[in-house]
Amino acid sequence: MSGATASLRALAAVSAGGLAVLMLAVMAGIVIGEAPLPLSAVLEVLSVRLFGADTLLDPIDAGIIWNYRLPRTLVAASCGAALSLSGLVLQSLVRNALADPYLLGVSAGASTGAVAVTILGVGGELIEHFRRCLCRCGAGLSDRRAAGARGGRRGGADGAGGHRRVAAFQRADVLFIAKSANAEQARGIMFWLLGNLSGVRWPDVTLAVPIAVLGFAACLIHARALDAFSFGTESAASLGVPVRRVQLVLIGAVTLMAAVMVSLVGAIGFVGLVIPHAMRFVVGVRHFRLIPATALAGAVFLIAADIVSRMLIAGQVVPIGVVTALVGAPGFAIILIRNRARA
Amino acid sequence: MKLVAQGLGWKAAGRAIVQGVDLDLVPGETFGLIGPNGSGKSTLLRLIAGLLPRAQGQVWLDGTPLHRMPRREIARRIALVSQHADTTETLTVRDAVELGRTPWLSAFSPFSDLDRQIVDDALDAVEMRHLAGQGWPSLSGGERQRVQIARALAQRPRLLILDEPTNHLDIHHQLALLRLVAGLDMTVVMALHDLNQAMGCDRVGVMQGGRMVACGRPADVISTALLSETFRVGARILTDPADDSLLYRFHMLENDG
Ligand SMILES: Nc1ncnc2c1ncn2[C@@H]1O[C@H](COP(=O)(O)OP(=O)(O)OP(=O)(O)O)[C@@H](O)[C@H]1O
Ligand SMILES: [Mg+2]
Repeated sequence: MSGATASLRALAAVSAGGLAVLMLAVMAGIVIGEAPLPLSAVLEVLSVRLFGADTLLDPIDAGIIWNYRLPRTLVAASCGAALSLSGLVLQSLVRNALADPYLLGVSAGASTGAVAVTILGVGGELIEHFRRCLCRCGAGLSDRRAAGARGGRRGGADGAGGHRRVAAFQRADVLFIAKSANAEQARGIMFWLLGNLSGVRWPDVTLAVPIAVLGFAACLIHARALDAFSFGTESAASLGVPVRRVQLVLIGAVTLMAAVMVSLVGAIGFVGLVIPHAMRFVVGVRHFRLIPATALAGAVFLIAADIVSRMLIAGQVVPIGVVTALVGAPGFAIILIRNRARA
Repeated sequence: MKLVAQGLGWKAAGRAIVQGVDLDLVPGETFGLIGPNGSGKSTLLRLIAGLLPRAQGQVWLDGTPLHRMPRREIARRIALVSQHADTTETLTVRDAVELGRTPWLSAFSPFSDLDRQIVDDALDAVEMRHLAGQGWPSLSGGERQRVQIARALAQRPRLLILDEPTNHLDIHHQLALLRLVAGLDMTVVMALHDLNQAMGCDRVGVMQGGRMVACGRPADVISTALLSETFRVGARILTDPADDSLLYRFHMLENDG
């Protein structure tokens, strides 16, 4: 009894701590920028907007904070959380189906779509769509690779990363048509492929945040089931996990998360691959801890990457995908080496 | 728990891997499954556990058809230690054994003191408690095997299915495992390669080419004729004067290679 209360209290403390870290990161995302804004101004705008207080603030500053920095930061956080959770879930589901460590590396980096095809056997139509998108964005891809190379060693990243980018683009493409994206977002394939947060406004927040929260909840509910996949799908089944249903629900959740985020900000690489692996290292492999840790780290990481992308070169926004690749490419190399060493 | 199977079969790539196997497990018995490599032992065990898609035949647990039961209900009754379960995850020994509690816990129910006790007992049963904190990749083959068995024990099943459980185990742990299995008050089905160990089972079934060609008390089933036909070896049967138990000493058949 007392043990249960204690662990509940610990859970509450950790959750509060996590939320606090997230809030701090969001604040940092708002405060830091080309036009640095004092924290007091940010708090004032928030209190005006949220609680209807009076203000004497410069309307331009207020506008930057409320219409520009805040939505951008919230979407960055949602994207970071959603993309890293997607990566985590795919790695956990697929890991043992393709026990080979090389394939493991590949599948870890592979796209939602590609994995959905592998696991669920989605028909050839989708593959054909992939192929056409591959042709269409071939030019953009090679540029992207160059960017990745500049970011550091690529290791075996090419195959996996390429697949993911193509798949991401394919989903973006689908949603692009479905949603008839606004002009701001449609500034060109290059920007899509490298991620772009500058077009983000409030309507995007109302899509990104709920999807990230729902996706997080879907993953967390399946934490125990995901643990049971450690020794493969058959072992999961023999532990009482309804394998097919869990795969369908989780891959559905992950696809939705990835698709929505890509439709909003373009493809941002490496987050889904590197963050979950880093978090395994920090909190261990049990999903009840790993899922919240991954979501939080992903959110904070992408906020940080966004800040860096705005600050790296004065007067210019470096595509956020380049920033994540700077961290991600070496991270990917380390993961590949570690996996090989373990095999 | 009573398990009845009728007409069990499974095909892969058009080939019958297992066909027409009937089985009737008496509650509490230890049933040994023997047969040469590729004779379908592992496949049959997975069929009994309801783990193979497109299976032929039918399995009943205490009168309920297996395919009507939710996976969780099956997992509360049947635990399986498969021949090749492995992972690249760096979970600890305790993590792996705790997986055995999965069918008994809902998504958010925390581990209770009872669950912890069950996990501790399972670790003790295979003498792995002292390594509870060690990571999976650094375990030896035999240690991994013992952890898998502990995981299955932590599942608190009523039918325990073991696929070559003495694999990788040193002689002490082989004997310890057999004694553990004999002392469990649950039904056990296990595939074995050591025929002298199979002699310790209540009953044995012999697999050959996907069929169960013989089934009964070990002393009745394991004859020199069976050994030469099914296993392609000759054997002399010796009697241990200490307790009159039968022992086999094997040799290649004269006309073989
Ligand atoms: N998924 C599959 N596809 C094709 N063939 C299969 C499949 N699974 C098993 N087999 C074949 O079925 C036969 C029986 O396999 P099984 O693993 O049941 O044998 P076993 O009796 O357990 O052998 P061992 O003593 O080596 O463990 C083997 O010849 C194997 O190659
Ligand atoms: Mg076998």
